[in-house]
Amino acid sequence: MPDANSLYGPLDPAPDAGWVQAGPRMGFFTDTSVCIGCKACEVACKEWNGVPDSGFDLLGMSYDNTGALTANSWRHVAFIEQPRPAGHRTPPFAGTPTGGPVSATSAAVAAGSADPSGTDPGVPPDAADAAARMAAGGTPAEGTAATGANGAATGTRFLGMPGAQPPGRGTGAKERTDFRWLMMSDVCKHCTHAACLDVCPTGALFRTEFGTVVVQEDICNGCGYCISACPYGVIDQRRGDGRAWKCTLCYDRLGAGMTPACAQACPTESIQYGPLDELRERAARRVAQLHGRGVPEARLYGHDPTDGVGGDGAFFLLLDEPEVYGLPPDPVVTTRDLPKMWKRAGWAAVAMAAAAVAAFVGGQS
Amino acid sequence: MAEAHPVGFQWVMEAKRRGAKVFHVDPRFTRTSAVADTYLPIRAGTDIALLGGVVNHILENELDFREYVLSYTNAATIVSERFVDAEDGDGFFSGFDPETGSYVQDSWQYAGHESDSGSGHTAQERDSAAGLRHESHGAQVHGETLRDETLQHPRCVYQILKRHFARYTPEMVERVCGIPREKFLELARAWTENSGRERTGCLIYSVGWTQHSVGVQYIRTGAIIQLLLGNMGRPGGGILALRGHASIQGSTDIPTLFNLLPGYLPMPHHADHPTFDAWVDSIRHPGQKGFWGNARAFGASLLKAYWGDAATPENDFCYGHLPRLTGDHGTYQQVLNMIDGKVKGYFLLGQNPAVGSAHGRAQRLGMANLDWLVVRDLFMIESATFWQNGPEVATGEIVPEQCRTEVFFLPAASYVEKEGTFTQTQRLVQWREKAVDPPGDARSELWFFYHLGRRLREKLAGSDQPRDRALLDLAWDYPTHGPHAEPSAEAVLREINGYDVTTGRLLSSFAEAKDDGSTAIGCWIYSGVYADGVNQAARRRSRHEQDWVAAEWGWAWPANRRILYNRASADPQGRPWSERKRYVWWDPDAGEWTGYDVPDFERTKPPTYRPPKGAAGPEGIAGDDAFVMQGDGKGWLYAPSGVLDGPLPTHFEPAESPMRNPLYGQQANPTRKVYAHPVNSVNPSPPQEHSQVFPYVFTVSRLTEHHTAGAMSRTVRPLAELQPEMFVEVSPELAAEAGLTHLGWAHLISGRAVIEAKVLVTDRLTPLRVDGRVIHQLWLPYHFGFEGLVTGDSANDLFGITLDPNVLIQESKIGTCDVRPGRRPTGPALRDLVADYQRRAGIIPGRTPPMVTVRRPAGQADEGPGEHADA
Amino acid sequence: MGIRAFIEGWPVYRQLTGTDPLGRGAAAQSGRSARLTARTEGADTVARSVCPYCAVGCGQRVFVTDGRVTQIEGDPDSPISRGRLCPKGSASRSLVTSPLRQTTVRYRRPYATEWEDLELDVALDMIADRILAAREQTWEDVDSEGRPLNRTLGISSLGGATLDNEENYLIKKLFTAMGALQIENQARI
Repeated sequence: MPDANSLYGPLDPAPDAGWVQAGPRMGFFTDTSVCIGCKACEVACKEWNGVPDSGFDLLGMSYDNTGALTANSWRHVAFIEQPRPAGHRTPPFAGTPTGGPVSATSAAVAAGSADPSGTDPGVPPDAADAAARMAAGGTPAEGTAATGANGAATGTRFLGMPGAQPPGRGTGAKERTDFRWLMMSDVCKHCTHAACLDVCPTGALFRTEFGTVVVQEDICNGCGYCISACPYGVIDQRRGDGRAWKCTLCYDRLGAGMTPACAQACPTESIQYGPLDELRERAARRVAQLHGRGVPEARLYGHDPTDGVGGDGAFFLLLDEPEVYGLPPDPVVTTRDLPKMWKRAGWAAVAMAAAAVAAFVGGQS
Repeated sequence: MAEAHPVGFQWVMEAKRRGAKVFHVDPRFTRTSAVADTYLPIRAGTDIALLGGVVNHILENELDFREYVLSYTNAATIVSERFVDAEDGDGFFSGFDPETGSYVQDSWQYAGHESDSGSGHTAQERDSAAGLRHESHGAQVHGETLRDETLQHPRCVYQILKRHFARYTPEMVERVCGIPREKFLELARAWTENSGRERTGCLIYSVGWTQHSVGVQYIRTGAIIQLLLGNMGRPGGGILALRGHASIQGSTDIPTLFNLLPGYLPMPHHADHPTFDAWVDSIRHPGQKGFWGNARAFGASLLKAYWGDAATPENDFCYGHLPRLTGDHGTYQQVLNMIDGKVKGYFLLGQNPAVGSAHGRAQRLGMANLDWLVVRDLFMIESATFWQNGPEVATGEIVPEQCRTEVFFLPAASYVEKEGTFTQTQRLVQWREKAVDPPGDARSELWFFYHLGRRLREKLAGSDQPRDRALLDLAWDYPTHGPHAEPSAEAVLREINGYDVTTGRLLSSFAEAKDDGSTAIGCWIYSGVYADGVNQAARRRSRHEQDWVAAEWGWAWPANRRILYNRASADPQGRPWSERKRYVWWDPDAGEWTGYDVPDFERTKPPTYRPPKGAAGPEGIAGDDAFVMQGDGKGWLYAPSGVLDGPLPTHFEPAESPMRNPLYGQQANPTRKVYAHPVNSVNPSPPQEHSQVFPYVFTVSRLTEHHTAGAMSRTVRPLAELQPEMFVEVSPELAAEAGLTHLGWAHLISGRAVIEAKVLVTDRLTPLRVDGRVIHQLWLPYHFGFEGLVTGDSANDLFGITLDPNVLIQESKIGTCDVRPGRRPTGPALRDLVADYQRRAGIIPGRTPPMVTVRRPAGQADEGPGEHADA
Repeated sequence: MGIRAFIEGWPVYRQLTGTDPLGRGAAAQSGRSARLTARTEGADTVARSVCPYCAVGCGQRVFVTDGRVTQIEGDPDSPISRGRLCPKGSASRSLVTSPLRQTTVRYRRPYATEWEDLELDVALDMIADRILAAREQTWEDVDSEGRPLNRTLGISSLGGATLDNEENYLIKKLFTAMGALQIENQARI
């Protein structure tokens, strides 16, 4: 494990970034177990922050027509349909004359509706059966091709589809009885170690006194270094504008002592805002409660200060593996090795200099 | 609920956090199902069978809250010996008149009061949607009834109920609804185990329940369960209707409905209500108990508010000015009349029937055959542009150059550009402050109608035509303000509240209403909203500064009461049923009713009070008659009148169904309202032939991201992008059967229209095994139309027009259709496809389907179920 | 701006002299960011309102600056909604400020293929005339047995349920006095 320093390891980021009078670090805890997928967060964010629309495209990814976090969508609600049991409930479709599940296949078709990406994300190995069944009465290749053309015509861009199941977890069921519909409002993670910020050459990205990470729109020159640096694929350039945009955790509202717009709107308190320490305690209690109520799959994501990004300022309670929601399972700050690299580069420079000196010295002898 | 009322759903999530179990019954797995503890997929249109199963479960196992049931319901009341139940009539109760397709209700009455139903014939009540009156009070019956407190009498309501639902077993529920019996029992057990003295259960329905040909009976079944379990009038109980529009409750209370005047007073009928006295006497039963007995004062005060000084006791308060009903003048009859050229002008006030009403094509063809149309809206909606961009322009049925309708589009002020009150779904009246001025020519409806009325009166000044008297006598003097002379909404609200005519003092409750012309009240149930001269609806005391009942936030009708019939939250002796469920109780020391809410009872009438013989009106209400707006003071398990299609709910198939009714020979509600008009048709259902031409069931509802006909969401970018295209949801099984592919196109065909949609193949839909058959259901959102940022075909185009007999609301939750892969035809070929389906299905436009599907109705079941339709 | 302030405003100066040597936080904060505050803070007025979409009746606060709606969000005081809003309620500002809103009267003549403009006052007058003409043409005084009818079936109306109670009251009152009883609204649908 690399040494803890201001680019890696546990840290309180605001004081580290020079905020001597910083208050507690503020963040989001998004409890997906109570999310109802209403998308109030997406809309409230756009209304407050004046974020433009991200296109009118039916993506076919369940009820997700936003697709991903982009410069024009700072909250994104993912919808995942799964043929899996949900907690302690009676299987929803027990006793009905169903065949096998199709959700993975639908997801694959949805993915195929956009510019070909070369892979069909989210398709478990045994999904071919379902695809064949779906196609049985129709002309699947034709249909898919047609929608693909349509998708391209309307400018749909496939930006990553969370699969219905993690790779390798196919049920192989011939009839579907279990079903659950996962929903998760994704957002910028406001990492403890934010590579976007570390690589920003203009100082447009900065660490606020609340410990959050904000792009300053008056500074950003659209160089785009931050985009490839983000381990979550959150930050994005806005077309026609060129600058990078993402969630600010409503920096302006925070300054006025207000709650960020998404958390304020959230009807079911799926999105909770507050001091990160408090949120972490609350989240731990919630996980314990869910485990006690027969939901063993409940787990936290991004809460751990010792993870690859030093923990997230916005962390989540998930009901499945992070990949299912389109989240990287083990994100690492892309600048983790920067000090080591600089150190090595330094040593290399010294060594080269020494060699050069030696060469001169040697030559004279 | 999570889908259509997410913020209301926070309370369900709150209850869930505290351990409540949430059951969700829906034909498709929705965002509500996703967080429910148990989801029950159901065949659309079978809710009475499901709920009837719960009633049977309660009665079979004697799980009712007996003390509550005995005291507060009509379980013990004895019914006429002439009554024959639908169980013995193959779906028909006694009294069916096949000529009119309606019931004579004499035999349904309480024993000894057989003539209580007036003429007893309900055909006319159906045309005037008379059931709607009972939103504020029960139907008229005599207050004194025969009772058997042991519940053993074979004709007491309890025993009738037991027999009526005896066949609604878990096995029958499975057979009719497609819900496995174990799952049904899970629901029935949870419901009954969580009701009673210590616990209450609440039933929440969205008003899709009303959009059925048996809609009122759906809700009646729910009410029976809640009464049996003692869940009415108690905290955490009740039946909660989730209505879908900001002031839809208000627009029924202060109605813009053809059959009602404010406060659920009926519009007079030309034959039944020739005089003021006849009108008043017909709306209250002379011997009835309760507050509705004061109807005369409410009627007189309304007319006084309408016609001011011109209304005097001598001229019956200008009762003669009121227009008279002669039959059905509802919105669907109006549209058919438009097609027939009988209507000259049409106002659309923030409403978009071209998308939002059933049978969109009929709506648009009707509008294309007017002299003039006034559309007042925020946006250029489909109902304003049908002559230019409508689907009938594409098919050649409407040619702009030949369409004579003159269209006025007047921009409307939005809700932040005017002040006024909305009444939300729990009768809570909330005042809105004005934030900004409306832009450009945009004006409020208040402005438009005040100035329109002013102008009409100016133009008619000096007229000696009798027909103009009502306009010229009208009390139409409201203060105005601002550059546009905006009328004062507060002044109107004061008139709604009511005032003493001589002193101008604002009334504090409807108890102050007088029938001598000394009070004027615009809507008696709202009396008190301006009590003490204060706009009570504008109160905004923070929830942090008051208890959970929050009585100082807004104002609820009646009398700021938050739970109706809350006398029932205490036992007959006036003590709380339990400490946990304490709400309103009798304080013997103070000699009054008290509690967290405004007691729904005369404040000082003790629980021991018994009325003297022959007492009527409020005096007739005994100290333990908790249902004070009912003629007999009781909650009705059995409705001896007021409900036109039966005293008890009975499962009927929807007007369009692929199934034969598994319970009765009678297929569908025999009293449903049908229209024999060439534009209208009904897809055949068994026992008619050719029902297989439309083999699938489709159902429609809302998406969280859109609002009704889309005018307020498809025009708004951050909403439009979230659900940007019309789609249809199908199960993988149906996709395989019909050859549909995910994100491909499909078109759906009914006897009225063809629409197309993108396909979403999803595990959230499931086929159901029903009565040995597999039934496939499709789901569509009904938000789309041809204007706005995002467009698509309208789901409501698929529906025909068949109405519930009680309230004349259309069956627009279920229809049958066929579905085919690919896009629909365009141009005239589209109508050819519909015609082809009509031909194959044997549909003759203008011919209604057989209403009676048994050989001999009216309780003579000796031949058993017959299938002798005359189709 | 003085030379000293200029230099102190220079991020590199702040980075070298301040607490943020890596220049990723305090030193990188721009002037705009430092001055940033919630726009609702400076609102001229705040109207207490109610969401116009469904019938839950969520409380809203409407923030207005310079006569324009700048933000609509949930009213935390409301015992119904506790400050929360659904996506539709959250989009209320976009609804009322939508560029698609019609703000002028539009008129389509019989048999015309296009809209034209019309003065509001003229439109109101034309509508009044048409109402009177429709009454004239379709008035029914009495039925076949001489009982009063006092009505016209030549005029219809269908209202939405986002109208205020006060508006509905005046509509019903006026139409009733006009003898126009074919008045309906969304509650029938």
